[in-house]
Amino acid sequence: MSAFAMDPSPHLSAAHSTDHAWHALVDGRLPPADAAGLQQQLAADPTAQATVAQWQAQRQQLRALHQNLLAAPLPDALLQTLADATARRTEQHRRWWRWGGMAASVLVAFALGWVGRGQWPAVAPSGLLAMNASAPTQRFATQAAMAHAVYQPEQRHPVEVPAAQQEHLVQWLSKRLGRPLKLPLLTAQGYELVGGRLLPGDTGARAQFMYQNSAGERVTLYLGALAPTTATQALPPATVLTAPAKPAQAQQPAETAFRFTQEGPVPGFYWTDQGFGYALSGQLPRPALQALATAVYQQL
Amino acid sequence: MNRIQVVEQLPGLRRYARVLTGDAWAADDLVQDTLERACSKWRLWRSGSDLRAWLFTLMHNLYLNQRRAMPSLQRLEIDDVQDNLQADASPSDDALDLERCLQRLPAEQRAVLLLVTLEDLSYEDTARILAIPVGTVMSRLSRARSRLRALMDRTPAPKPAPAPGQPPVLRRLK
Repeated sequence: MSAFAMDPSPHLSAAHSTDHAWHALVDGRLPPADAAGLQQQLAADPTAQATVAQWQAQRQQLRALHQNLLAAPLPDALLQTLADATARRTEQHRRWWRWGGMAASVLVAFALGWVGRGQWPAVAPSGLLAMNASAPTQRFATQAAMAHAVYQPEQRHPVEVPAAQQEHLVQWLSKRLGRPLKLPLLTAQGYELVGGRLLPGDTGARAQFMYQNSAGERVTLYLGALAPTTATQALPPATVLTAPAKPAQAQQPAETAFRFTQEGPVPGFYWTDQGFGYALSGQLPRPALQALATAVYQQL
Repeated sequence: MNRIQVVEQLPGLRRYARVLTGDAWAADDLVQDTLERACSKWRLWRSGSDLRAWLFTLMHNLYLNQRRAMPSLQRLEIDDVQDNLQADASPSDDALDLERCLQRLPAEQRAVLLLVTLEDLSYEDTARILAIPVGTVMSRLSRARSRLRALMDRTPAPKPAPAPGQPPVLRRLK
């Protein structure tokens, strides 16, 4: 404790706690009652009092050092470092969301595939189980809502083929879905075509068209065959549609009524027409969604 | 990362680094390094915890590492070089003396003393920042105060009176 030797205070041998209390007094760390008590003690000990007073003065002098830096403008280099880091971080965030979005779509694809196979209804998540048990058209509608939920938030790649290549889009999807498609327009309702993409469904290929209004709200039209067609025959005969779908297939051509569903992540209207299912999904009030669905139906 | 929160801490960090290193350039380098470290390790900071304490922790690790990496950086005895030094115009002689004496404290003691006084941190926070027990904080604080007082008592070193016939030289200790 050579440092103590330099201190002229006679209290060097005092218990550490006393020393600690002096520091705590100087640094304002004592409760008021303790501080007052200690002050009284010190009053009876001029040497100790002088030491504490010295420390107090030292503390004040130290706190006065380079005060001007607290109000001085920050060097550009520091601000630049911070700005660069912020920019980097924003980019990382965006990347994360992008990859996260992809991961989410993979998950949804798995979920769809799993439920679509219908082989393990007992372990399917309860929300999906209901869908599995219901009619194929209901399942179709839920798949449409899921596809909407996956691609609707997408900023960079909302569609595979943009609206600018509309002709190619229609040709391509018509070929893949095995039926000439007609692209409904919702311009009168304030929605412009963003584009479209090809998606897997449990009875073959599905198409999704995306529309967006000036407020950035998006709706998607999801369509595809409800039963495996010869053009898209991709599934083994053991799939869920083969046996139980026969009556459904029989009634499909007549079934054109709109149905509203909220089973999926977003609400939607769906209907069938000549073996094809259609679903319009979007986070909109029911009447607005119905008006759009009607507009689509009338153009098909 | 919350840029505004960090910007708010920078003036304090700069002042602290300035007093800790005793050198304007070294201080700004240290703050710069600290900021870069903070940006690269940002995810290690748990939001809601004390950002200031975290930044001081980073700064101290850097400072002590720097000193360990450059042990050859020896202190110049001020009396040997005072003729070469130009004085800052603004700070008082007392403040310069204090800074000079601070630099003669061991770095560990200086850090404790400055965190407790300049930054007004609690002993517990100081212990956390320096990763030492509170008891060590107290003993270092005690030594730092005593030694600093002894050093200050010894200054100002008496200057030799100018020889007769020679014009007086304006001279100031840095």
